[in-house]
Parts: sequence; structure tokens; C-alpha cells
Amino acid sequence: MSLLTVSDLRVSYGGIEALKGISFSVEEGKIVTLIGANGAGKSTTLRTIAGLVKPASGKIEFEGKDITGHDAQKVVSGGIALVPEGRRVFDNLSVLENLRIGAYLRKDEAGIKSDIEHVYELFPRLKERHWQLAGTLSGGEQQMLAVGRAMMTRPKVMMMDEPSLGLAPLVVKDIFSIIKTLNESGMTILLIEQNANAALRCAHEGYVLETGRITMAGTCAELLNDQRVKGAYLGSASKK
Amino acid sequence: MAKKNSKNWLLIPIIALIYLLVFVAEKVAGTSSMLVTVLEKGAIYALIAVSLNLLNGFTGLFSLGQAGFMLVGAYTYAVLTIPMAKRAAVYQYYNGGCITFTVPFIIAIILGGLLAAAFAALIGFPVLRLKSDYLAIATLGFAEIARALVQFDGLGPITNGSNLLKTYPTYKTVMFPFCAAGICIAIILLLIHSTYGRAFKAIRDDEIAAEAMGINLFRHKELSFVISSFFAGVGGALLAMYQGTLQANAFKSSMTYEILLIVVIGGMGSVSGSVIASFLFIACSEWWLRFLDAEQFIWGIKVPLLRSGFRMVVFAVVIMLIVLFYSRGIMGDREISIDRIIKKFSKKKGATK
Repeated sequence: MSLLTVSDLRVSYGGIEALKGISFSVEEGKIVTLIGANGAGKSTTLRTIAGLVKPASGKIEFEGKDITGHDAQKVVSGGIALVPEGRRVFDNLSVLENLRIGAYLRKDEAGIKSDIEHVYELFPRLKERHWQLAGTLSGGEQQMLAVGRAMMTRPKVMMMDEPSLGLAPLVVKDIFSIIKTLNESGMTILLIEQNANAALRCAHEGYVLETGRITMAGTCAELLNDQRVKGAYLGSASKK
Repeated sequence: MAKKNSKNWLLIPIIALIYLLVFVAEKVAGTSSMLVTVLEKGAIYALIAVSLNLLNGFTGLFSLGQAGFMLVGAYTYAVLTIPMAKRAAVYQYYNGGCITFTVPFIIAIILGGLLAAAFAALIGFPVLRLKSDYLAIATLGFAEIARALVQFDGLGPITNGSNLLKTYPTYKTVMFPFCAAGICIAIILLLIHSTYGRAFKAIRDDEIAAEAMGINLFRHKELSFVISSFFAGVGGALLAMYQGTLQANAFKSSMTYEILLIVVIGGMGSVSGSVIASFLFIACSEWWLRFLDAEQFIWGIKVPLLRSGFRMVVFAVVIMLIVLFYSRGIMGDREISIDRIIKKFSKKKGATK
């Protein structure tokens, strides 16, 4: 059964249609990726699911329930977490405080404490630096913190918006292995990437988004071998 | 989250000692001495500066209405506490006014805060839903309108129009504003260190990320704004007590800028910075630079520049220097910490060895 289903979603920003009716679904336990160029509507899709943007029409279902147009607070407490584009950690709060903000809607103090420990296990670097202000962390560490912060909401689905943005290639590799580890521990992940190659190698299923429409869908293996995807996103244009 | 071996508990006896010193200073120097006057006004301004800092430094909202909320608090206090017997004299142009009851002064102070908070809630409701700095414009407008309304002749039976309000009860000792401001600042500190405070800071750092974490932006901004205005109202009531007489004309927007200046000099996001800056600011503007205002003669020659008003010129230069060399304020966004002071001293010792 699919955990998250989006059907015919349309979103407009002041008259300009950013999403022109997209449909896709995310199966439980999978990594699903949306790839596409700048302005294709990838971030808009995530922000709409997260409740930060209201859709014009269409339907978002999560665990069989309609969550279209719910505000962010409800979506988060329902079990969908967003790791926003560009990390967006709280610069002037310590690492620990950032994690605690992630658990803002939760009241179970014991559960929060054990989850913080869990995040520290996954990212020992964060434990070493738990008192440090998040703004002083390196880009990769900030991305870890952003993921850890999202984990603190105890999500069933984690949506990641361009986690590799602005990071050194070696760090990007780390980030993708973190995504894999998270998924192996049972987390469903919806991943958005411009780095199509890395995303398709990491995920199970993929969708190609072009100017507000989904133009291709399939398993990642299929997409990686598709001539059009290769030409447009993987940088190996077929020579005639 | 206290670190091990923290010596920060020492702050409690130090604060107690400061209160004791203030108490002794009053006994030695006398209630109407310059020192005590500065301490009184400094304590009241400290409370108002901390209340603005809660909004400005901790929640990242920019309000320019502090003087307006102080005005509401001050007038509520004065109007409700003028003794019945003296109303006829105070409201001589309005047949003794239309309010025929008084309330105990503590309740009047709290009512002053509550009324200011109620106005803040009304302003915040439309304005805080917008994702920009409209709050500054709306609050500035509110402050000006409030001042004009209080002086409006039609409201004279309540506010005494543009005439003085006087003979309301004031405090007898400097300990009163000190204790009142201390309690209020302690409450604000508790709030800042609660989960709400953490949410405020998250909103300040990044609204979108805060919203994505499930923090209700509007509710938290409104909460911060209402609480800040409540304490501004309480501060206004204390200021009315300090002044002894009350007139709306004193609550101009320049008063807001003074407080904003204190917050910036002390450091946005530092409560102890606001408190220290407040006392320094009041001492400088009212006391330490006074001598610049008096004409002086040395060996029969008049010292140039020294005349009435020159104090403010020097004061402006001092402030510019502070902002130039401490661009993030005296304390930045940190608080006073015994640990850090000890660290600094031990470092210096290590360097001299």
C-alpha cells in the first residue's frame, strides 16, 4: 500500500501555475526521488505536501487520509517531516536546541531523550558538538543536523529538499549513504535532487518533473538506462 | 542543561548583593540624590528594554510602539489610583472626571499591563499574519494615535486631556522599582528558557524552517508581542510612579528610540546586556555628563562649547563610538556568565606568566 499519494496536484503562485496537475505515490519503506531542472516544481511539491503552500486543486493522501490543505503543524504531527532546501538550521541555537525544536510538538520527554540519543548514534559528530551554535557547523554537519532535527518529529515519511546542495563531493557521498542508512532502518523517504545521477543510484523509484508536469516515471534502474534521462540529466548525451 | 562545575550559581548571591548595595546606597545618599534617581529610572528602563528585547532580540519582530504601550500602562495606573478626595482638583476642567472608584495600586499596575496587552493583541491579530515588518509601521502608528487620543478633549473626563495627572500614589523607596522590575525580568527570563522561548528563537533564526517543524508562527508571534507589551505597560505604570506627574506628551516616539537604543547597545538577544545598558544609558544621559551643560570658567577664561545641551552632543558621540566598536552591543547575544569571567581572568594570568 502506498503511504503517500498525490493526485492531480495543482499549485499557482499569483497566477503562474507552478504545478500543472502532478500525480505520484510513495510506497512504504521505499526511497522515491523526484528529479528535474531548476524551476520544474520540485520544491513546490514538497512545500505543498508539508503544508507551507496551499494547493489550488488536487489531493494529497497520507495513510489513506486526505491531508490536502492542512497546515504545517498538523502535517508534522501526522508524521511527515521536511528537511528544507539549504538546510535552514537555526543558526543561533545550539545543536541540542535545534534537535529539541524538532520535537516541539511532542510531549513525551522520555521518548524525546531516547530519540536525541538515537540521532547522536547516527551522527556522532553532532554529539561531539552538541553545545555548539548550529551556524558555526560545516555545511555537511548542518545537513546532518537538519536530518536529525527532522527525525526528532518521529516521521513516517521524511521529505528531503536537495540535501546535496552546496556540499563538497565527498560530503555529498556521506549524505547519500546517510539517506540509505535511514531507509534501511525503515524510514520512507521522498527525495528531491538536481544531482540526478546520485539520486537515481540511491533511490528505488523515480519521477522526472519538467515545468510542472511529470514526464517520466519508473524504477531507478529503468530511468538510469533511459536515453532521454541520460541525455537531459545524466550528462551523457548520446552521440549520433 | 547546566554544564558540570558551573559557577553560575554565584550570580544569585551577586544579584542579592547588588540589591543590598542599592538599599544601603539609598540610606546613605538619600532618596532624592542623583544616584538613587538614576537607579530608579534605570531599573524601570531595564524592564522596558528587556520587554522590547523579548520581541526584537528573541522573536525577531520589530516593534516601534513601546512608548505607546507604556502610555497605556501609565495612564491606566494613574487614572485608577488618584484618590477620590483629590479628583476634583486634578480634573478641574472636567468636573472631577467620570471615574468614581479607585483600585489598589498593585492591581492598577497589573491592569495597566493587561490593557497594554489587550491593545497589542488587537494590533497583532491582523498584522502578525503578514510575513514582513509591517509590525513596526502598525505599532508606530498605534503609539502616535494613543498619544493623540489621550489628549483628545472628548476623553478628558477619563484622561484629563492634555492636562497633568497628579497626586496618584507613588513609591517611597528605590527598592520598589528594583523589586518590581526584578520580578518581571525574572518572569521574562523563565519564558525565554522555556520551550516557548526556544520556539521564539527558532522563528527569529528561520521562519520557514520553524514552520516546517510544526511551530505555529502566528500564535507564537502574537504571544511574544502580547507578553512584551504587557511588561511595557507595567513599565509605563512604574515610570508614572517615578515621575510623580503624568502627561501624554512625554511618551513621544523618541522614547521608543531611547529604549531601542538601549537594546541595541546592550545586545539584541541578551537580557543582561539590556539591563546593564539601561543603567549606563540613564546614568550617562542624566548624571555623568551633566557637567557638560554648565558653563565653566578656568582662570577666568570661559571653557568653549560647554553650555546647556552640549551634554547630548557628547552623548551622541559616545553612542556612535560604542556602536562602532561593539557592533553587536556590549553583550552580543550572550548572557553574563561567571564561568566566562573566570575563564577570561585565568587566561590573562596565564598570559602574564
